[in-house]
Amino acid sequence: MKEKPAPLGDERIAYLEGLVRQGKTAAALFTQFTQQDVDRIVKAMALAGLAQAQYLARLAIEETKLGVLEDKAIKNMVATEFVYDYVRDKPSVGVIREFPERGLVEVAEPIGLIFSITPVTNPTSTVLFKCIMAVKTRNAVIFGPHPNAWQCCREAIRIMYEAAVNSGAPEGVFTCVESPTIPDNVYLMHHKEVRLIDATGGPGAVKAAYSSGKPALGVGAGNTPVYLEKTAQLDMAVVDIITSKTFDNGTICASEQTVVIDDEIYDAVIGKFAELGAHICDARETELLGRTVIDPETGTMRPMAVGQKATDIARVIGLRVEPGTKLLVAPILGVGPGHPLSVEKLFPVLAVYRAKSTEEALRVCIDVNHAGGLGHTAVIFSRNDEIVRQFSEVMDAGRIIVNSPGSIGALGGVYNDMVPTFSFGCGTGGGNSTTDNVNLYHYLNLKRVARRTQAHMWFRVPNQIYFNMNAVENLRQFPSRSTLIVTNPMLEQMGHVDVVRRSIPAGTPVRVLAIPDAEPEVKVVMHGVETLNLHQADQIIALGGGSVIDAAKIMKLKYESPEADLEELATPFLDIRKRVVRYPARKADGVRLIAISTTSGTGSEVTPFAVLIDKDRGRKVTLADYSLSPDVAIVDPQFVMSMPKALTADTGIDCLTHALEAGVSIHASPYTDSNAMQAIRLVFQYLPLAYEQPCDEEARSMMHNAACIAALAFSNASVGVCHALAHAFGARFGIGHGRANALMLPHVISYNASVPTKFMPSPNQRAYVAHKKYAMVADLLGLGGDTVAQKVSNLVIATEELLDRLQIPRSIAEMGIPEEEFERAMPDLAKIAFDDPSWRSNPRMPLVNELVDLFWKAYRGRGGARAAGASDGAAVKEWSYV
Amino acid sequence: MTTNAAWIQVDPQRMQAFRDEAIARLTRAAGEVVLDFSSVKRIDTNGVRALEELAGLADEKSINLVLRAVNMDVYRVLKLLKLAQRFTILT
Repeated sequence: MKEKPAPLGDERIAYLEGLVRQGKTAAALFTQFTQQDVDRIVKAMALAGLAQAQYLARLAIEETKLGVLEDKAIKNMVATEFVYDYVRDKPSVGVIREFPERGLVEVAEPIGLIFSITPVTNPTSTVLFKCIMAVKTRNAVIFGPHPNAWQCCREAIRIMYEAAVNSGAPEGVFTCVESPTIPDNVYLMHHKEVRLIDATGGPGAVKAAYSSGKPALGVGAGNTPVYLEKTAQLDMAVVDIITSKTFDNGTICASEQTVVIDDEIYDAVIGKFAELGAHICDARETELLGRTVIDPETGTMRPMAVGQKATDIARVIGLRVEPGTKLLVAPILGVGPGHPLSVEKLFPVLAVYRAKSTEEALRVCIDVNHAGGLGHTAVIFSRNDEIVRQFSEVMDAGRIIVNSPGSIGALGGVYNDMVPTFSFGCGTGGGNSTTDNVNLYHYLNLKRVARRTQAHMWFRVPNQIYFNMNAVENLRQFPSRSTLIVTNPMLEQMGHVDVVRRSIPAGTPVRVLAIPDAEPEVKVVMHGVETLNLHQADQIIALGGGSVIDAAKIMKLKYESPEADLEELATPFLDIRKRVVRYPARKADGVRLIAISTTSGTGSEVTPFAVLIDKDRGRKVTLADYSLSPDVAIVDPQFVMSMPKALTADTGIDCLTHALEAGVSIHASPYTDSNAMQAIRLVFQYLPLAYEQPCDEEARSMMHNAACIAALAFSNASVGVCHALAHAFGARFGIGHGRANALMLPHVISYNASVPTKFMPSPNQRAYVAHKKYAMVADLLGLGGDTVAQKVSNLVIATEELLDRLQIPRSIAEMGIPEEEFERAMPDLAKIAFDDPSWRSNPRMPLVNELVDLFWKAYRGRGGARAAGASDGAAVKEWSYV
Repeated sequence: MTTNAAWIQVDPQRMQAFRDEAIARLTRAAGEVVLDFSSVKRIDTNGVRALEELAGLADEKSINLVLRAVNMDVYRVLKLLKLAQRFTILT
């Protein structure tokens, strides 16, 4: 049973508190330093460390009795020269990276006081590395070296400290715990002034670091598998493995532990190992090694062997080897408890395994990886890129070293372009927070300065729009091998189809598909697709209202892209550019869609929307994508001259709603505003005339244009809460879309013009401007008023007067819907309206209770509506989009 | 800040002299002592020690120690070391 460490005495606590005080002060003072300051200090430290590389290596050898002097000196040089080379040009103070195109800046913030644990295997090199990292990032460090290496570490710290302070670093920037103990570490790990624990060492220290509750970098043990694949360059591979495994007597935790060799090359590889100074163990020797260098109780390596020479290990365990033997190579037959040498061995004993196939080799490598090496390092020698890829995918290792030595390769910067380090992050597999080679960025708090960006906007409309009386004649310029006219029986009966036919170039094969005059069902669309296929059509002419044109849009989509999943394409989205589902790209040789509208409301001839009814599932879906927009729109008033009065009124108000909602939308732009405002002006001027004098050609023509122009606006700016309410109400009570909008519209204007309970987030609007934009509309219409509030009020009144003139019921109650029935429907109405995507561009984010309130206002009726919340008395002159 | 307060210009080049002068003034003063930091661009360990000492002395004598014209870098150091709360700081 482990003995519980003795608690710290007062004197020891006072000593540790002194270290903390010094470090805390140094860290605070360090925040004043510039990049030039730290770069000057770091250079001085690197030079000092380099100058003492051999001296420190000797101290480490003398104290720890581990490793090889020359190799430790090289490690000290890597920790200074290579690490300095890596950090020298890297900004680490203040702004360190800028991404102007994204409006992002990264600012480096020091962490403060770090408590750093260093290992016995790489003592001075780890200290040199961490000192340079700390100063580069303006942090102070208290070092808690391994108790068996603290004196050489203290000397390394002294050398770095003097170089740093002499170059201007704050006093106390590094301190070292003298004669460190586990209770010292525990005390410091839990100290409130310690901001980060950086533990490089054994599993115990790493676990303690992570258990402290502090932010920690804990990096630990490995068990590196090596796959020596049959296509490898064998001479290079064997030299690399021997170089790596014997480097500092195998003390680097990334060094090779078990080499899995393809059967075809096994004998040749073993021969080369022997030739280059390795002793190949027979079965008896392997068994001897397994029970002597590995503790049978714990299944882990015995400390007495760590960092020792192969010859010394052989001598101690009674194994006869040639003088100068570099490495003991022990063939093993498996991995796991029955095969003691398959675990980590930080000394020059290398297990080898003969694999009959690539699959077996990979499986054994995975077994080794999982036998204590998760997240650390794996090595492969191969010229087969596919096998390298496979190996990389199945190994759980932060570093996959290819065709180079594991230990020196993992250190980075020597055999590859990885970041130089002496701390190997092992990811979650190793219980660590990172798989990185720990580097200066782990010693920084990175602050991101994010500037407000403007979302890219657009104004997308069909390529060609022909308007005014007889615009249909423009069909003559569109040659076609086969044309399908999609319409409804009524329009066919009225002779509109014949008008269209006469404008199609002579000789063009033309078929007519009359579909029901209702929102299109899936089966109607699919029938249309069959017809298109049957006649191999290259042109669709959609002649009708919104339903016919919507049907034609979806027919085109399914005709060109039969694989398109309509239900998936109808998935709701917040931002069309970031939507999950992508529509099929428009095809260069795709079918041409020409839309001729026969109502003056929906504007479907130019919009990217289409509504579809799925009767089987009892639902209605809305498709939205610019690929749905017709290629050509024809806005010819001859097709609306005979439109019934009620339809004229309802579709006209639908058009007005489109324009008003696009005008105050959070996606409104100068491009959409110009269209929205013009449409509003045309509606107020011409809708009463078109309603009262249906044969007035100018009024019909202007209303037809208004519907198209409003659609250009809302195709790009979208609609708002009025549509959400109307969709829910219309569907529930079977009320037409335009009429449903009309019942809601005045109340929605008042609602949007009052200060929102919740604002809608929009990077493109810097202020809430809906009330001011309504006031602009009032000015445009010449409604008078001195203040924004008066102007909004006048707009509401003008809208109500327009509705009255069009003989549109004043309330839902007036339409004969009993109050009790409306009340019963309210929970569903509110839910459906809230789920409707239309309001997502509304200037106010509607709360559910606000939707309920609006429904009730519409139920009770217009007439008393006033812009209650529009309190800004200033005259409106302009507003800001950006 | 009272107009008759003792006023000491902090000279970062002569930290020891500043400390001695400040202690002498604090020992004699009553009410308020103002340390003018307008020449101080950066503070070091000696400066921190001196301020800790002066704060202790001011506490003992119930003197309000005012640091005037402290730049943001120095102010941040005082905040990190929890020293700022021991003074009245005018930036």
